[in-house]
Amino acid sequence: MQSPLLSVENVTVSFDGFNALDGMSLHLMPTSIRVLIGPNGAGKSTLLDTIIGNVRPASGRVVFKGEDITDLNEYKIVRRGICRKFQAPGTLENLSVEDNLNLAARPRRESWRSFGVGIASQVRARVERVLERTGLKEKRKSLAGQLSHGQKQWLEIGMVVSSDADLLLLDEPAAGMSLDESAQTAELIRSLSSDHSFLVIDHDMTFVEQLDAPVSVMHMGRMLKEGSLNEIQRDPQVISVYLGREKEVAVA
Amino acid sequence: MKKWLSLSLDIALLAALVAAPLYLSAYHLSLLGRFLAMAILSLGLCLVWGWSGILSLGQGVFWGLGAYILAMHLKLAALAPGDMPDFMMWSGLDHLPGWWTIFRHPAVALLGVLIVPTIAAAGLAWLVFNRRVSGVHFALITQALALAFATLLVSEQAYTGGFNGLTDFTTLFGRYIVDPSFQRSLYWITVVALTAAYLFCRWISHTNFGKILLAIRDGESRTRFLGYNPAGYKMIAFAIGGAFAGISGALYVLHVGVISPAMVGVVPSIEMVVAVAVGGRDSFIGVILGTLLVNFGKDWISSAMPEMWQFGIGLLFILVVTLLPKGLAGIPELRGQIAARFRRSAGAPALEAQTLAITQKN
Amino acid sequence: MGHLVVFAGQIFNGISVASILLLTALGLALSFGLMNVINMAHGEMLMVGGYITYLTCRFVHGPGAFLLALGFSFVGSALLGAVLEVTVIRWLYGRPLDTLLATWGVSLILQQGARSLFGAIGVDVVAPPWLSGSVAIGRGPLAGLTLPSVRIFIIVLTIVVFALLLLFIARSRAGLFLRAVHQDREMAQALGVNTRWVDLLVFAAGTGVAGLAGTALALIAPVTPTVGQSYVVYAFLVVIVGGLGSLLGTALAALLVGLFSAGVQMFTSVSLADVLLLVLVVVFIQFRPRGIVFRRSRVMKEA
Repeated sequence: MQSPLLSVENVTVSFDGFNALDGMSLHLMPTSIRVLIGPNGAGKSTLLDTIIGNVRPASGRVVFKGEDITDLNEYKIVRRGICRKFQAPGTLENLSVEDNLNLAARPRRESWRSFGVGIASQVRARVERVLERTGLKEKRKSLAGQLSHGQKQWLEIGMVVSSDADLLLLDEPAAGMSLDESAQTAELIRSLSSDHSFLVIDHDMTFVEQLDAPVSVMHMGRMLKEGSLNEIQRDPQVISVYLGREKEVAVA
Repeated sequence: MKKWLSLSLDIALLAALVAAPLYLSAYHLSLLGRFLAMAILSLGLCLVWGWSGILSLGQGVFWGLGAYILAMHLKLAALAPGDMPDFMMWSGLDHLPGWWTIFRHPAVALLGVLIVPTIAAAGLAWLVFNRRVSGVHFALITQALALAFATLLVSEQAYTGGFNGLTDFTTLFGRYIVDPSFQRSLYWITVVALTAAYLFCRWISHTNFGKILLAIRDGESRTRFLGYNPAGYKMIAFAIGGAFAGISGALYVLHVGVISPAMVGVVPSIEMVVAVAVGGRDSFIGVILGTLLVNFGKDWISSAMPEMWQFGIGLLFILVVTLLPKGLAGIPELRGQIAARFRRSAGAPALEAQTLAITQKN
Repeated sequence: MGHLVVFAGQIFNGISVASILLLTALGLALSFGLMNVINMAHGEMLMVGGYITYLTCRFVHGPGAFLLALGFSFVGSALLGAVLEVTVIRWLYGRPLDTLLATWGVSLILQQGARSLFGAIGVDVVAPPWLSGSVAIGRGPLAGLTLPSVRIFIIVLTIVVFALLLLFIARSRAGLFLRAVHQDREMAQALGVNTRWVDLLVFAAGTGVAGLAGTALALIAPVTPTVGQSYVVYAFLVVIVGGLGSLLGTALAALLVGLFSAGVQMFTSVSLADVLLLVLVVVFIQFRPRGIVFRRSRVMKEA
């Protein structure tokens, strides 16, 4: 049997006595998509924070490619092949679109190896493909700060994609996008899933449906249910958790 | 168009500096020389503050290290072999301490000027940035460093010359410092050093390193989540700033012939930042011009109305920081921004943007 | 006199230095925690307090003059702080480094103003008769130790001000607003808290307390145009060690810094004590980069 790319094992995270994650576990196979849903405060973003090292768990561990990465520095985790898109747009405002992507795509990230002027050709090619797919080709020379909100969102996704990481963590990638755009995003994610694994948080059930992937439901810092979207939507426990809070699930 | 403009500005400035001995009096040329030496420090601050977002209020320390090391060499060169500086004898020392004697050799002194400030800056940066202490905290720590450095220099009179510092130099590499021909070569050396520093900065700004500095300035944790370790980049930037400061200090000592704790403490360190803020913290040419402007201004005002200088520089600081955060270099951009604002307030486009935002939300 | 007496005397000195540091640092810590603003002109609030004390004691006589001076210093510095907040700091919201620089400009102007008005040489405030004596310990292991009344007064004043401030924050309505804004500015705003007023109030209160520190300082040292500048650097270190806007942390840090300086000065010179203090702070942040008191929360590190 294939070993998982990522294993989150029994992780607990507490903020001032409140357990944002409470014995959370999750396993993710290589080249697969997993959607993470759950009511507000379920601990979805905290889970991504823990995986990428932004938050240190009180107990439990995170294993990536068979290696314990729980206590590594964020940048070291990223260099091992995980990249994350945050909820708030985090593009680098005073760099051009192209440079944003270049920085995300460069494999040599140590400070003493950054004194070159050019960009390696395979990085350039990858950035070129991303520019194409995200529709930012015309904007390549504009500063990221001058983009519209939607374009920033695409750039952000583009940065994560061009990092060529094995595991991509996307926190609400389709937020603020039009129906068309979110369909495109879903398609982009699906097409890339032949080489990469995705862990996607989103509330938008249309988008989740388009991703066509197994869904994990979190509640109170724990895994509540895993299964296909269909199974999840019929599950009485899930319905009771969501009832009156997030009508999308019940309606969809 | 813009590239062409900036290039011609560079060339014009360089031409003006090269031709300066033709149109400036000896007095003003000597002033210009020492301010150009300060401009090297400003270029370092530009990289550190303007490009990396690290505000250092202790740049006087690294400047002072370079200055004192060269001053020690000059002091030793002015003595007969076996003699000791007078202040050491007054303080009751009976022999030169070892860390003084090594700087008797010119090569060691020059190396010291380069290496000691660089290592000091790198060491501090490594300790502080690795713990993710930055911003306001870092500014305050560097200010405390400037205070501690100046107090230490004053109190360790036996080794540093105390409050009066080091002065009465005669020769450098066997040439008499007061000699007009030496002063002229010193001016040229300063111009060359500044040009080299400027070109170095321009090169840095084109490397990936320079872009990553900007990225760290704008979004430190975002950059970290792209797999870069900001501490390493900031440390290198800060070390470059330290090296520039050291070179600047050494040249300055040659120009003025004295170094004392009053020149390296909290207030001078802040004045270095003022010059950079006035010129435009992230513009290399801007900070050079700002340094010249502020220092000539200081020279002029403090000789005409000494009381007014502090009022003047205080007010200048408030106005530049609040109204012109990009300094003088930001003025051309400012005009564009104001024009854009007028266009926007002229009606329809604003509404359009609003509707767009709404449709995107749904 | 035994070693113990010298040692106890030094500790007492350390605590009194820590008291003035705490009075100075409280305002810094409050406005830093609330608005992420460091006011470089904070030291000049001390200076202003000192000069107000000097003027009051010159023109008003009688036993109550000094207490009146305390009140004047607080009000005067608080007003000056309010003016500073409205004219400069408010406009630089969200640009902490620029605020730092602009307020430095203010500090230069205030210093030069004091120099033009009072001269560069310091003025002396004569402590009122009821503070000019000292308390001598006659018996026990500490026999022979004398504690100057002014220093006892400074310590008591600090304890009272600190307690009042804690009470104000914990019990008053304005204190409630303050805590709300401190936790979540936008949420508080949405709930109808006038954050501008809270900022202004807190800033003015902080500078007022610094004015009190100036009065206290005037009792033990001459008031000079740069008196604040020399003190405020240590207050900054106290804020760094204390942690983001935590009053308890600030108090602990002030005590730590005060005792450390007093202790080290027994063995070395004042200037070396300065250097060692800085080394201590740099070493300290290796272990607690966010200060003595730090609360984990999720909002801290969103990219």
